[in-house]
Amino acid sequence: MYRYDEFDERFVRERVEQFRDEVARRLDGSLTEDEFRPLRLKNGLYLQLHAYMLRIAIPYGTLSSRQLRQLALIADRYDRGYGHFTTRQNIQFNWPKLRDAPDILGLLADVEMHCIQTSGNCIRNVTADHFAGVAADEIDDPRPVCELIRQWSSAHPEFSYLPRKFKIAVTGALHDRAVVKAHDIGLRMVRDRETSAKGFEVIVGGGLGRTPFVGKVIRDFLPEDELLAYLEAIMRVYNLEGRRDNKYKARVKILVHEIGVEAFREKVEAEYARLDVASINPDPAEVERIAAYFAPPAYEKLPAQSTALDAAMKLNPAFAEWVEINGFEHKAPGYVAVTVSLKGIGEVPGDMTSDQMRHFADLTDRFSLGELRVSHNQNLILPDVKKKDLFPLWQELGKFGLATANVGLITDIIACPGLDYCSLATARSIPIAQAIATRFADPVRQRDIGPLNLNISGCINACGHHHVGHIGILGLEKRGQESYQITLGGDSSEDAAIGDVIGPGLTGDAVPGAIERLVAIYLQERREGEPFIATVKRIGQAPFKAAFQHYVEGLRDHAA
Amino acid sequence: MLLDARGAKDDVWIKPDQVPQVQASHRLVLWEDWAGDSEVQARGVEIPNTLKIGDLLPILGQVELIAIRFGAFTDGRGFSLARLIRAQGYKGTLRATGPLIPDQFAYALRCGFDEVEVPDANANRQPPDVWLRAARSFSANYQRGYATGVNILDQRRLARAGR
Ligand code: HEM
Ligand code: SF4
Repeated sequence: MYRYDEFDERFVRERVEQFRDEVARRLDGSLTEDEFRPLRLKNGLYLQLHAYMLRIAIPYGTLSSRQLRQLALIADRYDRGYGHFTTRQNIQFNWPKLRDAPDILGLLADVEMHCIQTSGNCIRNVTADHFAGVAADEIDDPRPVCELIRQWSSAHPEFSYLPRKFKIAVTGALHDRAVVKAHDIGLRMVRDRETSAKGFEVIVGGGLGRTPFVGKVIRDFLPEDELLAYLEAIMRVYNLEGRRDNKYKARVKILVHEIGVEAFREKVEAEYARLDVASINPDPAEVERIAAYFAPPAYEKLPAQSTALDAAMKLNPAFAEWVEINGFEHKAPGYVAVTVSLKGIGEVPGDMTSDQMRHFADLTDRFSLGELRVSHNQNLILPDVKKKDLFPLWQELGKFGLATANVGLITDIIACPGLDYCSLATARSIPIAQAIATRFADPVRQRDIGPLNLNISGCINACGHHHVGHIGILGLEKRGQESYQITLGGDSSEDAAIGDVIGPGLTGDAVPGAIERLVAIYLQERREGEPFIATVKRIGQAPFKAAFQHYVEGLRDHAA
Repeated sequence: MLLDARGAKDDVWIKPDQVPQVQASHRLVLWEDWAGDSEVQARGVEIPNTLKIGDLLPILGQVELIAIRFGAFTDGRGFSLARLIRAQGYKGTLRATGPLIPDQFAYALRCGFDEVEVPDANANRQPPDVWLRAARSFSANYQRGYATGVNILDQRRLARAGR
């Protein structure tokens, strides 16, 4: 993975000192609260319901065991012994104090981490496919480009006071596991049809929140080495023309929607044509320097099949299930990437205790070359595990409650913090996730239902990506009561789609029953081997809506 | 308070809201008034941050001072507008006028501004030494192609060449 050189090191240290100075100026009154707010947000510090919240960047989801141990230390020393992994490859601490923040940033800098631009109206932490570098369906590892963007966007003199936040995601694979179409800019690595040169399909104007949009392509092919200059052109058009009169209409998706993707493209291309691109883009040696850090490790030459693994799977069905559900095909023979679920039944999705972190860091060293990944599904990944090591790994994970076999299944729920932590929330999301997971806990049943993405947000801001969940749940407030709206048919893959609302809102305790009904329709209608979302697309919303309506009426009769 | 990279300085420009003086060459005229004044002799213009660069092109050669108004410090349009003005080859003075904060000083300079003019109330809370300290927060930056300051990518290139 990337390692800081002397310049990166100095930059994050200077950033810590800058923030220390800003905090001091806030405390002595020379900065007003209004002036301080964007500065603290750009260092990941939110003011929440009960306390400050600190959001730490895990750039493109790659983390080392050493960094995870440091997060455990911060959780113990400055928080209540746990952290929360988010859908944007960040980790959040819910209980730090403002005066401790500079010291925490210092501890992060010690392990080449930071909170830079994890919030605020600037270019945010850049996200990527969590299987980057190991996926078999990959054109190339997207992380060198992500690192280039991370550096380029850090403390950008021109783009640090944008109309609104700006999120960039990159994938190098055929299958989109980074939800690039739901980002302000999505970059999909492609090869030029004729020259087979590497480049990007550039997608803009995706986003969720209160007005969800699937992003639109503005460039079919952008040569790889032109990326930064092209990004500069997009950002300048947005900075100058994005709406600033209404915070809810300030994202680039609204600009693209209002003027049309053609007009937006013309503006970007006109600005791009004017630029002296050679003065902006990095020289090839710099690109190579960064790429070298992501060179594949020296994998052992292993047989594609492991007899030890096959034997252990035969003897232990629970283990076999875990391998089948949580394993992911690796490009190197004899290796596998393993998703470690942070969605134990009844647990808080994405939460991890400091003990689990330390234990996991040790396992990362022992089984996966010291590197792990954080996924936008709020799970962790060990990218480089030898097949023959899977059994001992599974046994070790089990000791700390980390061996849940549910990746991609109905209990692998994405949920935002909701009303339990978040000041913007209109409803709780964690207890709903827990109730649904408990309802569907039976492993046989879960497996029978198969792949199903269930996403929960505690308000219209959609931090839990409910719009793109196959089933989405949005917590609202109606006359002082929590009310949950259910959507169906969302999709976060390369076939991105926004789900449709299927009926009236429900109270929290009625939600698991409603999910049951939807699942029942699927089980009844599905064809051999057809996953949930495919059935929804094939038969349409109507049968689901009817069952839902029936359920709602039943509730009413029951109440009457 | 007016200040540039060296610190506070006197303002030689006469503001639109001050009594018009006989000596017109250092008058700073609002963009809204500029167009209506056929005999304009002023060499300074204060423009809104929403002005299109195309509208400004005809007068770029006539003026010695362009002041871009920042309505709020959170409104970053002025940074991009400054870049566009410099990209057109404008060599005169570029001023950021409005309630900017010291933590933006380095950004303003790097986007092509020469000086910043902030309301006195802000300057009282944030005297020049705070601005100068804030401007020195980073000894180098990641972006190539911006006006001032040392660039990390170029530093790396030099380090490679020296090896
Ligand atoms: C707890 C404090 C949080 C606050 C105050 C907060 C605030 C917001 C707001 C205001 C938006 C809407 C932005 C817009 O549409 O313009 C938003 C969107 C989003 N947030 Fe959060 N959020 C929080 C936590 C989280 C967490 C925990 C996650 C991940 C689980 C997350 C990930 C996202 C994502 C992915 C989006 C939506 C997609 C988009 O940007 O279009 N946020 N957040
Ligand atoms: S979706 Fe709403 S409730 Fe959930 S974290 Fe985002 S802002 Fe908070």
